Amino acid sequence: MQKPKRVYLDHAATTPVRKEVLDVMLPLFSEQFGNPSSFYQTGQEAQRLLTQARQTVADCIHADPREIFFTSCGTESDNWAIKGTAEALKKKGRHIITSQIEHHAVLHTCQTLEKQGFDVTWLPVDTNGLVDPEAVRQAIRPDTILVSIMMANNEIGTIEPVETIGSICREQKILFHTDAVQAAGSVPIDVRTLGADMISFSAHKLYGPKGVGALYVRKGVRLPNLLDGGAQENNRRGGTENVAGIVGFAHAFKLAVSEMPVTSQRLTMMRNDFIKSVMAAIPDTRLNGHPVQRLPNNVNFSFKYIEGESILLMLDHFGYECSSGSACTSGSLDPSHVLLGIGLPHEIAHGSLRVTLGRETEAEDLSRMVGDLSKIVARLRELSPLYPADRQQTDLNQHV
Amino acid sequence: MQYSDQVMDHFMNPRNVGEIENADASGTVGNAKCGDIMKVTLKIEDGVIVDAKFKTFGCGSAIATSSMATEMIKGKKLDEALRLTNKAVAEALGGLPPIKMHCSLLAEQAVKSALLAYYKEHDLITDENKHLFDKLDEDAHDAH
Repeated sequence: MQKPKRVYLDHAATTPVRKEVLDVMLPLFSEQFGNPSSFYQTGQEAQRLLTQARQTVADCIHADPREIFFTSCGTESDNWAIKGTAEALKKKGRHIITSQIEHHAVLHTCQTLEKQGFDVTWLPVDTNGLVDPEAVRQAIRPDTILVSIMMANNEIGTIEPVETIGSICREQKILFHTDAVQAAGSVPIDVRTLGADMISFSAHKLYGPKGVGALYVRKGVRLPNLLDGGAQENNRRGGTENVAGIVGFAHAFKLAVSEMPVTSQRLTMMRNDFIKSVMAAIPDTRLNGHPVQRLPNNVNFSFKYIEGESILLMLDHFGYECSSGSACTSGSLDPSHVLLGIGLPHEIAHGSLRVTLGRETEAEDLSRMVGDLSKIVARLRELSPLYPADRQQTDLNQHV
Repeated sequence: MQYSDQVMDHFMNPRNVGEIENADASGTVGNAKCGDIMKVTLKIEDGVIVDAKFKTFGCGSAIATSSMATEMIKGKKLDEALRLTNKAVAEALGGLPPIKMHCSLLAEQAVKSALLAYYKEHDLITDENKHLFDKLDEDAHDAH
């Protein structure tokens, strides 16, 4: 049998490094390999590239380069922002506000703080996955030290009203952190209007390399040092810098920001066409996440009566690489906390499929996928004891 | 998830899918909340399983083990079928990833629950065979 063409549709998990990005990175491994802390020319050249990269990342979000701290990943940035704030302000208060649909890097970090005696308010979201800014305001107490709400959700793509939440936090003089790992490169970020004190970033979600992230820390916000060591990252995070990674990250971020209007429009159109076609072709399908206020590349469905891992497995067999929020793929017995958070019953959450498009996604791959997906769903429903027999008859007729 | 070729074969081309009309025995285990349900129906003649069919809501290994389990009990005498274990089903499939072993328990339990119903109906439970139904009391999800 001929091997099917591989169609990668999991860009929310990670993205390929862009050719242009790889090109600027490669010489930094063996030719321009210097340590930015070294005195001589090779070191100083590395220092120059590092400074330039910091400026580039700062420019992408209209920040000052002194507000950009490079880390090893988005998770590290989230940990530093949240645990650092908790440590710095624990004498002032021990209350943190976050949402029920945060990424595990925020969710589990807040749970760790809960075990250490911090009080966490887990704000619910509506059926589209939106946090209500007024609920943030009402949750603020005299001992609240931090609000952490993601900019866009990694599973269902819903874009949160972070500007409004930011202005509430500013007005109440509470620090506001936002995880922008999924949003960066897809939606504009301007720290001058956002009102965030800390923002987490990751390179590999925007066609940069894995192993690099950043934390924006607004001037005047003092976080404890993350790693004691050398003077790197303004003495806050010791350790020789990942120069190639950081330079690659900066270049990837810059390209993503400059191409954003075009890419975003293209992906949004493809996404909407795909959603429309799938909903028309497959009965008993639910679109998870906000219909409009969502990342341009995110699609998340639930197919009633079937389970997500078996959908992924069949899709993989036909060449499509996607993800699911079912328990069998999460490595636990519960389906995704995000899907439960938007109010889906367990059995509907188990039947979820996330398809995230990217730069190299082609419309014809998606239209071919609609056909394959509807066959797969029909086949699995035929196997399912939950599928009502009368529906099956009409469905089978459609697919003969 | 790395599945063996046999698992993929039984997943992509499952055997014995469906429901036997006027089945002599039927058993359903699992629940939608946990993400897996299996229903088995059996045709039994002269103490032999002459046909077995299944329907399963669940992941790839749940479907593959359902298919293999029904293959393994077809043509078997009832007391032989009762000795079916999830381990034997998994072995016949060339093994399952460790975190998927509990999915194979679903198939074993569905077969046993169908047989238990049949044994009860025909008053076949004896002191010698009743221990074979013990495992039914366990929840498949505790079997990690």
